[in-house]
Amino acid sequence: MMRERVDQTLASDPCQPVVEVEDVHKYFGALHVLRGISMTVRRGEVIVLIGPSGSGKSTLLRCINHLEKIDQGRIRVGGHPMGYREVNGHRVELRESEVAKHRRDVGMVFQQFNLFPHLTALENIVAGPIHVLQRRKEDAEAQARQLLEMVGLPTKADAYPAQLSGGQQQRVAIARALAMSPKVMLFDEPTSALDPEMITEVLDVMLKLSDQGMTMIVVTHEMGFAKAAAERIIFMDEGRLVEEAPAPEFFANPRQDRTRQFLSKILH
Amino acid sequence: MPGWDWSAFFRYLFNWYLLEGAWTTIWLSAVVMTFGLLLGLLAAIMNMSKNRVLQGIAQFYLWIMRGTPLLVQLIIIYTGLPQIGIRLNVVQSALLGLSLNEGAYLSEIIRAGILSVPKGQFDAARALGMDYPTLMRVVVMPQAARVIIPPLGNNFNGLLKTTSITSVISMEELLRRGQMLIQVEFRVLEIFVVAALYYLVMITLWGMVQRRLEAHFGRSVAPAADRARIAESPAKALERKEMEHDLR
Repeated sequence: MMRERVDQTLASDPCQPVVEVEDVHKYFGALHVLRGISMTVRRGEVIVLIGPSGSGKSTLLRCINHLEKIDQGRIRVGGHPMGYREVNGHRVELRESEVAKHRRDVGMVFQQFNLFPHLTALENIVAGPIHVLQRRKEDAEAQARQLLEMVGLPTKADAYPAQLSGGQQQRVAIARALAMSPKVMLFDEPTSALDPEMITEVLDVMLKLSDQGMTMIVVTHEMGFAKAAAERIIFMDEGRLVEEAPAPEFFANPRQDRTRQFLSKILH
Repeated sequence: MPGWDWSAFFRYLFNWYLLEGAWTTIWLSAVVMTFGLLLGLLAAIMNMSKNRVLQGIAQFYLWIMRGTPLLVQLIIIYTGLPQIGIRLNVVQSALLGLSLNEGAYLSEIIRAGILSVPKGQFDAARALGMDYPTLMRVVVMPQAARVIIPPLGNNFNGLLKTTSITSVISMEELLRRGQMLIQVEFRVLEIFVVAALYYLVMITLWGMVQRRLEAHFGRSVAPAADRARIAESPAKALERKEMEHDLR
């Protein structure tokens, strides 16, 4: 019943949050990697997460699709708790098969692409729709070919990942995530493993996606992309959210010293 | 009855009684390998589970099976168990003993294969919303197969010869048939040499099949990093992967 009510509000209000993160803490053993993160991402927004390495950006992304369990706080996607159930205000972890269902709504693109090396580009893209959503093979393949077209690789359907350049692999990986029709896309340093001349082709696809209204959370050091596509920039350091501001304001007038320090190092 | 008798040798070389024994060796090995793979997969998955009880059961099974001689296991099953009312015939005992034993060794090979698949592959499959069985079937096992198949082939090679141990519980495989033939024909050397040749032919044929299997499962173009990983010694790969898993 709860669920129906949430869906109704979601339909009536386009500004309804897609991702809600509330006071999230995460430990790796004794290491306190996330120290009370809160943020909200609304439908169609592009959020860019920046910060020095080890600041917890990637961990936060991995918590949002529950690849990592959170130790405290709440994460909701599309209004539903992600990977857990709430019983009297307490988090109760769901079984892996239940978590898997929640993850369908969240697409993820990895730094190292993580394409399945034993499958062709097309097979990579249809793996989710066929094996998770139980779609018919012909339908899934037709959709996959459209997606390959969209990422600019219509001729690479039968290529294996090892036969593709890094930039091409990452574009296939984006298509693979999109094939699940996610509510939000997470990008974990999508261009950091790429040779410089391949970065643009991946960023172009991401810009195209943002133009189409996809909700995106992007961890990146590409400030050009941040300026061009981000609604808001979030600066993280040592597991805390230091500063959050609309993109132009963030670059023009950073409020925190820590942010200024960081920006002076990455902007030349 | 001195000296080597060529005519006797050739007579035994195409002897129906021995050929039947060789056939028993083949089907026994094939059935044991099938059961062993299922048991091994189960034990490997239990061993890698986060559930301590499942892990404990798997490790206890490996400890017993790899810590005692197959010969002793077979004798306990066939000769010992009837004392507590469990009566298995020769074929059942041979199948049970060999499968339990083989499963333990295969489980470690399968585990090493699964651990050889990079963590990012698990992440990517989970991020697509795959549950554990789907992830294993669609993403992990096809990649693990490349690492598993070569040692698996070697194990089957060993198994073809190991089945001869079941002769002690009077399983009529190749060696036992040879011994029985000797008891009526008294040509010890010729018959044992023929039996040895049969084993050699079986092993050689299997080697050909194995090469085909390896070519088949190695066909997909693995990234350079994967190839480097395969070149790494299995023991080292296992050690490295276990460290990575512990860190998670």
